Amino acid sequence: MENLQCQCGHTNPPGTKLCESCGRSLTEKEQNSKLVDMRYEGTARRSQTYNKSIIDKIWNFFSSVKVGVSIIVILLVAAAIGTILPQQAFVPASTEATIKDYYADTYGSVGRVYHFLGFHDLYSSYWFIALVGMLAISLVIASLDRFVPLYKSLKNQRVLRHPSFMDKQRIYAEGPGAEDTLLKAEEKLKELKYNVRTDKNGLLAEKGRFSRWGPYVNHIGLIIFLFGVMLRMVPGFYIDESLWLREGETRAIPEVPGYYLESKNFELENYTGEDGEEVFGEALDRVGTVAKNYQTDVILYQKAEEALPGASDSQEAVGEYAIRVNQPLKFDGYAIYQMDYRLDELKAMKFAFTNKETEESLGELTIDLIDPEKTYELESGAKVELLGYYPDFSGFEGGEPQTATPLPNNPGFLVKLTTPETPEGETSFITIQNTVEPLGENDYKLTFQSVETRDVSGLTVRKDSTLPILGLGGLIFMIGVAQGMYFNHRRFWIQQKADGTILLAGHTNKNWFGLKKDLDQVVDYASLPAYTDQQDEIDKKEKAEKEGEALS
Amino acid sequence: MGEQVKQKKKNKKQKRAVMRTVILAVLVAAIGYTIYNSATAKDVTLLEVGDKAPDFALVDLEGNDHKLSDYEGQGVFLNFWGTWCKPCAKEMPAMDRQYEAFSNDGVQVLAVNIAQSDFEVQSFADQYGLSFPVVIDKTKSVMTAYNIRPLPTTVLVNPEGNIERIITGEMTEQDIAGFMEEIKPE
Repeated sequence: MENLQCQCGHTNPPGTKLCESCGRSLTEKEQNSKLVDMRYEGTARRSQTYNKSIIDKIWNFFSSVKVGVSIIVILLVAAAIGTILPQQAFVPASTEATIKDYYADTYGSVGRVYHFLGFHDLYSSYWFIALVGMLAISLVIASLDRFVPLYKSLKNQRVLRHPSFMDKQRIYAEGPGAEDTLLKAEEKLKELKYNVRTDKNGLLAEKGRFSRWGPYVNHIGLIIFLFGVMLRMVPGFYIDESLWLREGETRAIPEVPGYYLESKNFELENYTGEDGEEVFGEALDRVGTVAKNYQTDVILYQKAEEALPGASDSQEAVGEYAIRVNQPLKFDGYAIYQMDYRLDELKAMKFAFTNKETEESLGELTIDLIDPEKTYELESGAKVELLGYYPDFSGFEGGEPQTATPLPNNPGFLVKLTTPETPEGETSFITIQNTVEPLGENDYKLTFQSVETRDVSGLTVRKDSTLPILGLGGLIFMIGVAQGMYFNHRRFWIQQKADGTILLAGHTNKNWFGLKKDLDQVVDYASLPAYTDQQDEIDKKEKAEKEGEALS
Repeated sequence: MGEQVKQKKKNKKQKRAVMRTVILAVLVAAIGYTIYNSATAKDVTLLEVGDKAPDFALVDLEGNDHKLSDYEGQGVFLNFWGTWCKPCAKEMPAMDRQYEAFSNDGVQVLAVNIAQSDFEVQSFADQYGLSFPVVIDKTKSVMTAYNIRPLPTTVLVNPEGNIERIITGEMTEQDIAGFMEEIKPE
């Protein structure tokens, strides 16, 4: 394409619709239309001729609003499909292989395809991230391609425009004027806070140009926001780990090097409906129990500076804290939240050493299920020797008792019982429900007395260094929205011909009502000719024509 | 005059090409980096082959201290395990046999139990007659430092103290022999 030479002598870049200098229509379409298209001031949105190298081709692809909108639509559809089957985080499987099998087994071939295409972990799938990235590219390039010419055009705009530009504006007037009309109009427009520039026989009054930058400011906010989201994937910026902590346990905090947490106590408090809580009585009667507080009392330890992981004497207490829902423990940029709990996990079991026949007790013993001892000697001289301990007994394999997990969910003990009367000892295998005597009938047994339990706190460890960036992005986004929505860019062009005729044109990017209100004041004060809203006239005419057609 | 305009036009064109290439390159690099990070996020992020193996100090069943850095110059076969983990139990006897074979060649085996009681670990060691030191990671701090997820996981540390290889899952006796050969000092 060639550069466009306007009648006024100005050379415009290819693709320009309205001459940058005088405003004459340059394309046939513009010349034939009643009103000019003022979007982007009639500038070339992007230079279509620059389409030779591969870089330019890529650039022009992303510059297209159609492409941008298509990407958004694809993202929306993908996100919608991602909600049809559960995401992998909510699937009862933990390893890659079992997750894959879960989808295939539960949902058949649909599940297999779903998993294969990465819908099971949508936000982490390559193509989804790539699409979001393409949207970012589109935002940057489309904005640049539109902002730069618009900025230049508004910066360099001239006061005097060609009459053909003016009479194609929506607000237009032509008629006789007085000698001081221009001066009075200038005075009034200045009073209305317009920036007024004059040149020879004309003036240009302008207000709120910055409103035109709203969409671009908005896009900058979006880009910053996307940048923040991108940083979440960079190691160290974003941590979201869970930690199950049992009362009495000290554990290294995952992803938080050098810190340990000990649980002193977990407490679940319910509303009682008493002691000043009578007001809740009705509600409690209706729904039953209502939790008042979930709280884990912890001690935070920090590893001594030079100390190595594992060295038990290297921890220094930082302090004691209470972690409640919505009141996390915060330290060093990390936050630990109360998220979940399990009540009454087995902690210790109490037995009585009894003679089966006489039911006489030779004493009691408590086996700590977390840290059992090898032997328990009773005052009566009876002795319990622990031969094997299976915290989560799951059956025998080749005669060997097995444990499924390290947690004392179903403790099993292989014990040898000795008394002064039976010094050679008797062997029995004890689980919660029953006792097996593998080496023949015994005279003594351990009779279950009671259990001690402990609670487990489900904590979440979080760190999010990207929040300030996301906040900044959001703020800039909102500033851009306000800038574009609540402010308008209003302009008036007024010219007085040699014979005293006044030409008046007005334009705004939105809120024509406000523009007319401003103009009414100026018309009154400076006795300008009455203006018409040409768009209204066109609409009326079209309506009349339609009605006429309907009648005939 | 015409020459000058042409030159100007050419400069502008070059500038534009450079600008567009740079902007596109930056954006594409950012996307590539994000995808790379997302792809590696699920793997062990803290530890990679070639990294310095994090030092630690743990106590074995006899009460002896074992510091990883004390074994520099030897290959260390670091095995994370638990008594409830069946593949762990299965590979123990093979590890013990290979330890006998390689211990004189400067290969040390450290079996790190994950936070179980002394009694359980001791009975297990007695049952299998383990001759290498068995240490207990009471607070899971070494497990956390090494970012151990599934058990068993074996980390091979070479004589320079760097991670030679990370193996998750059960190993055959042949595997074990091969791995020990890998970290044997020259």
